[in-house]
Amino acid sequence: MAQAVVRDIDKNDPGRGLDLRKLGMWTFLGSEVFFFGALVVTHLSMRGVVAPSSSKTNLNVEGVRELFGYNVLTSILAFILLTSSLTMVLALDGVKTNNQKRFRFWLGATIACGLIFLGGQVYEFYHIVHEGVTIKNMMFGSTFFFVTGFHGTHVAVGIVWLTSLLVSAIRHPERYNAGNYMAVELGGLYWHFVDLVWVLIFTVIYLI
Amino acid sequence: MATDVSTLHHAPAKQRRGWLEWITTVDHKKIGIMYAVTAFLFFVIGGLEALLIRLQLGSSQNAILTPEAYNQVFTMHGTTMVFMAIMPVNAGFMNYFVPLMIGAGDMAYPRMNAMSYWLLLFGGIVMYSSFVFGGGAPDAGWFAYAPLTSTTYSVTRGMDYWVLGLQLLGVSSLAGSVNIIVTIIRLRAPGMRFNRMPLFVWMSFVTSFLLIFALPSITVGITLLFFDRNFGTNFFLPAAGGDPLLWQHLFWFFGHPEVYIMILPAFGVVSEMLPVFSRKPIFGYEFVAYSGVAIGVLGFTVWAHHMFATNLGVIADTFFAAASMLISVPTGVKIFNWLATLWRGELRFKTPMLFSLGFIAMFVIGGISGVSLAAAPFDLQVTDSYFVVAHFHYVLFGGAVFALFGAAYYWFPKITGKMMSERIGKWHFWILLLGFNLTFFPQHMLGLQGMPRRVWTYQQNQGWDFYNLLSTIGSFCIAFATLVFIVNFIISLRKGAPAGNDPWDAATLEWATTSPPPAHNFDVEYIVHSRRPLWDNKYSGEGRGMTINYDFHPHLPPPSFAPIIFSFGLFVLAYGMLNLASAPLIGIPIILVALAIAFVGMNRWVGEIAQDPVL
Repeated sequence: MAQAVVRDIDKNDPGRGLDLRKLGMWTFLGSEVFFFGALVVTHLSMRGVVAPSSSKTNLNVEGVRELFGYNVLTSILAFILLTSSLTMVLALDGVKTNNQKRFRFWLGATIACGLIFLGGQVYEFYHIVHEGVTIKNMMFGSTFFFVTGFHGTHVAVGIVWLTSLLVSAIRHPERYNAGNYMAVELGGLYWHFVDLVWVLIFTVIYLI
Repeated sequence: MATDVSTLHHAPAKQRRGWLEWITTVDHKKIGIMYAVTAFLFFVIGGLEALLIRLQLGSSQNAILTPEAYNQVFTMHGTTMVFMAIMPVNAGFMNYFVPLMIGAGDMAYPRMNAMSYWLLLFGGIVMYSSFVFGGGAPDAGWFAYAPLTSTTYSVTRGMDYWVLGLQLLGVSSLAGSVNIIVTIIRLRAPGMRFNRMPLFVWMSFVTSFLLIFALPSITVGITLLFFDRNFGTNFFLPAAGGDPLLWQHLFWFFGHPEVYIMILPAFGVVSEMLPVFSRKPIFGYEFVAYSGVAIGVLGFTVWAHHMFATNLGVIADTFFAAASMLISVPTGVKIFNWLATLWRGELRFKTPMLFSLGFIAMFVIGGISGVSLAAAPFDLQVTDSYFVVAHFHYVLFGGAVFALFGAAYYWFPKITGKMMSERIGKWHFWILLLGFNLTFFPQHMLGLQGMPRRVWTYQQNQGWDFYNLLSTIGSFCIAFATLVFIVNFIISLRKGAPAGNDPWDAATLEWATTSPPPAHNFDVEYIVHSRRPLWDNKYSGEGRGMTINYDFHPHLPPPSFAPIIFSFGLFVLAYGMLNLASAPLIGIPIILVALAIAFVGMNRWVGEIAQDPVL
């Protein structure tokens, strides 16, 4: 009888039905929103400062605009990162429908997209340093490396996370299945968040 | 239906004994105790630093401390009290009592909870190790204004230790808050709807949201500062195009919600204690709960009232002044609700009640000086003076610390099974009340006479000797009162009278279980039907407050080494980061070792989750 009472009460209290881990993940991502918010605000408040802080670089205002403005490489990278959100959705769909092959293929594709993005970012950093802008010598460079660097770190963490999921899915073939996919969904939530944030950072740094 | 209660115990497979039991524990009650004890130790250390400050300022042209040592001592006093004393005592009480008050068996993520505690301890150690390894402690004040924090003006490594210590404490608080939020949303007993939760749980909920939204801002701030000091950036250095005000914005966007992070749990415990010792339900439960939410939301719109003196412009000043004054409305609502709870109550002046009443009186004084400071023109007159020091000690010491001492007396019987001595407790209260006012009231006068805060000394002809002497005498009264508390604590722990389950005849669920509670908290599941389950069962009729489900199987995760190993990895990582720029050949190997340790901890952790799906 008491059990019936408990079930009745549960129905009127939706909070008690939520998944414990998912709720924690959403809460954490709420905090991450403010973290990236503070990063972007820092960049916005500093982006007007283009005067080189030392004479090591001879870039002028136009040079900086050109260097950090819209370009093909970063656009393609952004497209690849956003595509990885789609592949992540397909991976989750694979595990939810018990299709292990599909799950592993799309999870691998997501990781690959992440790696291409990171590789592109490393190349971009190299290129910009080569042009004479470093984290030290110009305020735009400082905030640029700081903001994109922290986003890149998040992508790297995501890659490690998804790779550990993939390794564990290969080693224990039936570990994740239609009845147990929360670990995949959590990794996916984080991954989508990191992709979404890039939309904001890309707009603020390259398009505005 | 009714099963023999003793068969319901599901004791963890391996139970460790002695100190290993504490190192590996994931029990929210043991973690809560460790939090509170650690925080009290830091409170004593921060208090000793305060005594040094007061000794130095006791008379004019004193030279007990060098100016450099004075800077370090007041910086560490503030940092310790805020981050390592008041916040973790709050976290300790939340840890111990939120699950009990909502009828849960543990926190949502027991292992992550242990990690939060270890990161607090390690963060404190990092910060204090600067005295030994850093060539001197942090010395730019607890809010670390640029450019005082630059390597030009803060030449020791102290500020780097400060940054890395705070990073660890920040991760600790973030994980702790996520844990509290999920616990409250997800683990309430059946029938414990949001509008039936005890008010302490409500305030813990709001506080945790404040933390997760405020902490990122200071995390970004201190990381920028670390880059400035170590990697040659110029974010806060005006000579190179940087902006010192950016630091103030990032800091206070965290720092002002932080004020409510420290005081809201105190509001919560007072809202628990006053009804119990007035023998009446709280007056206007909804108003007390929702005004806490209102304070939390408004708390994010007022940060720049700390920056009136930085010439933000008339419009910004007006907005932040108005928003700050607006906060006094929900705060006033709470105070009137507390007074109305007392009104025609059957008051019982036990020690927790005395501290609650002392809290209201002192907090109102601090609140009034606070509303005056919200007026920008007045603020410009007294900013950075001892008036401000007096104000925030009235809200944080007269407010938070009084309420938390009250909470200690109120919940000691539940935690230990023994009563604290009422007689010594009353001595403690009156000496503390006297010492507190003697210390901080004269500082209002000093501030109005123009004495700036953070000065190492002052001249005899400035006329500040008398009030400073009073203040110094008062600070030793506070120290004596704290000693009385320690004596009371030790005596009561040894020979206190047995408490029983419910010594105060209180209303909330934590008093339904034994004192101290068993590892799984409750032998049965309570189905809650009211805001005051124990009172309504007792005074309105059996079953009106709560009913019992005997068919209940508590589940406890086994003890684990993973949290402390992982936290220790982050602790070592801090020392690696410290050496990364100055001595990469030492720093990089330390970082690699640290990451390896953290990986071992994480790996164990993931393995344990696979067997027992609780984080």
